[in-house]
Amino acid sequence: MNGLAVLIPIALGLGLLGLAAFFWSLRRGQFDDLDGAALRIFVEDEEETSP
Amino acid sequence: MTAAALVERDFAVPDIRCAGCIAKLEQGLVRDRRIASARVNFTEKRVHLSCLPDAEMPDLIGAFTTLGFEAHPIGDALGDADPAAAGSRELLRAVAVAGFAMMNIMLLSVSVWSGATGATRDLFHWLSAMIALPTIAYAGRPFFRSAWRALRHRQTNMDVPISIGVLLASALSLYETATHGPHAYFDGAVMLLFFLLCGRWLDSVMRDRARGGITALLRNMGTGAMVLGDNGKTRWIDATALEPGMVMLVAAGERLAADGAVVRGSSRLDLSLLTGESAPQSVRPDDRVHAGTLNLDAPVEVKVSAVGADTALADIARLMGEAAQGKSHYVRIADRAARLYAPAVHALALLAFVGWMIVGAGWHHSLLIAVAVLIITCPCALGLAVPAAQIVAAGELMRVGVLVKDGSALERLAEVDRAMIDKTGTLTLGRPEARDLERLDPHVQSLALALAQASRHPLSEALTRGLQVLDVSRADVHTIRETPGFGVEAKWGDRVVTLGRPSDPIEGDALATQLSIDGALVATIRFADRLRPDARAAIDALRSDGIDVSILSGDRAAAVAPVARELGMTAQTGMSPQDKLAALARQSVTHKVLMIGDGLNDGPALAAGHASMAPGSASDVGKNASDCIFLGDRLMPIVATLRMARRTQAIVRQNFALAIGYNVIAVPLAFLGYVTPLVAALAMSGSSLLVVGNAMRLKRAIR
Repeated sequence: MNGLAVLIPIALGLGLLGLAAFFWSLRRGQFDDLDGAALRIFVEDEEETSP
Repeated sequence: MTAAALVERDFAVPDIRCAGCIAKLEQGLVRDRRIASARVNFTEKRVHLSCLPDAEMPDLIGAFTTLGFEAHPIGDALGDADPAAAGSRELLRAVAVAGFAMMNIMLLSVSVWSGATGATRDLFHWLSAMIALPTIAYAGRPFFRSAWRALRHRQTNMDVPISIGVLLASALSLYETATHGPHAYFDGAVMLLFFLLCGRWLDSVMRDRARGGITALLRNMGTGAMVLGDNGKTRWIDATALEPGMVMLVAAGERLAADGAVVRGSSRLDLSLLTGESAPQSVRPDDRVHAGTLNLDAPVEVKVSAVGADTALADIARLMGEAAQGKSHYVRIADRAARLYAPAVHALALLAFVGWMIVGAGWHHSLLIAVAVLIITCPCALGLAVPAAQIVAAGELMRVGVLVKDGSALERLAEVDRAMIDKTGTLTLGRPEARDLERLDPHVQSLALALAQASRHPLSEALTRGLQVLDVSRADVHTIRETPGFGVEAKWGDRVVTLGRPSDPIEGDALATQLSIDGALVATIRFADRLRPDARAAIDALRSDGIDVSILSGDRAAAVAPVARELGMTAQTGMSPQDKLAALARQSVTHKVLMIGDGLNDGPALAAGHASMAPGSASDVGKNASDCIFLGDRLMPIVATLRMARRTQAIVRQNFALAIGYNVIAVPLAFLGYVTPLVAALAMSGSSLLVVGNAMRLKRAIR
């Protein structure tokens, strides 16, 4: 029973953490452009010329 | 630079295809001093710009053009208020919450099933209740709302049995928990919500995706005109801000943004989007011209007489409103199924309750069994059966360039048994194509290409396209000069070559251009609208699929006859929008009619058809009114879409059969009281997986 008192809050907390992370990324627009994100790794950063 | 003064603008850029395009746009656009930042959304083919307020629309579009991209401004009204996208975002949040709750409750339930007893079981049940009840209150809202709406109108839909099942199951489970009972169905109730929300969300994602594609295609939205000011200067004014009395400067190749009268210049206008008429119409000062027509020849000045709701469009919009009302009576297949299903399920549950009461099991045990019946029969698989199949089908169709607006469009397309097709712009390409180019001498071809490439005139562009297909290399010319309304002139060695409008009128009113060297006529190139390359094959394929096809055209009989003869179709010609609507209504009595058209004049018929399709080159009205849009020059996508719609419908029926088959096995078990929460969870997820797996078979159905 003592183990449960620790493990259940941990399990729920981790789940909530995942849920919060998902909501956060949803609000930050991380899922707005899924195909673009896949392609962006091919984009080379331009040389820093402008301030 | 002050950040506060920046203006946000959205552009649709259909040509974004690769990572290179993203880099080119994002890094190239900010080189313009007035553009502070640019962000590409690849999925929606959009670019979001933050720019200084003095950056005018033509300059911004010019910035895209110098990078080699065609950009269309997207109206502000569309950008900020987007209720549909917000709706699917809310659904996604509900899916996430239900998913989280389902996993945690399942974790607790597994411990209960594997033998937890006494205080531990009670603790787990209470924990489950604490997770499940808020989740049901939050994630169940879409179903409760829709069920309540249906009940208030004395109807029933899929959401009614869902809501009753979920609410009853949670209430009973709460009672079980409070009385230290062994069975709580919290996991079942939440899992049900999760699967159903997935279905709902898929449905709305499908609509969003198509809507995004269509927004990118609506080129007239947010357009405007160069307006001549009092001081002789011109400035760009958005179509929405145009006022009667303003004078627009319309260059060759531009579409008119408002109705008006010509005040200076003469030209020819392409009316095909408006009336279906294929021959261009000559206009001179004082002639009335309409919004949406394309200026072909020379720049003209047009005094605006009516804007927005006052234009000739308003009449057609009214007709369309009336026509669309007939279509709203269509009931989607899932709701049709629910009309039979819901009463059957409720009757079964009631029967189980009454039956066990008679046997003498006591009201508590009887209620427990009735709830098990409700949960097991809850249309979990049914709720997924339709959207899963439809979104796979729509994704496949999108791959071949067909945008389907929503799931009900696929259902209606599958039922079609007659098709009526507009001619100009639908059976034909709806743009001038240069004819007999291969008969020209090679040096004439290369000269023509060199000159045509230098001009943005619609005929020059058509000529360039035609010559590039023939693999012509361009001649070496220099000092190219374009005179609006006449043509292009250049030096070829020390000789003067010109490409321009014919010196004297060509017979008929056909479009033509002439190439001369040192003033001597060398070649006359004629232009005509051409049939789409695979029109014949597509029409034949439609016939072999058992769909009767005929032409409804606003064009003259003389222009339609050759097309009808070549394709072996019957045709009705010279039809006004009202005529088309009436012809469609006559057919609709005995048939389910598919209307395919592009023009403004097809709008009412498109809205009235049982299903409708438009090519990507269609007028905005046409694209908005149709269920489905196919891109490119080919007609075969129409056939592919209809076949896909039929296959989808077959899969949906199979899914229904699977779901019913599962019920036939599971319901007797529930009736006899063998369905514990564990069995319910297994049965529910099993049938849902089966249905989704069956829907996946639609993938790669189009080779």
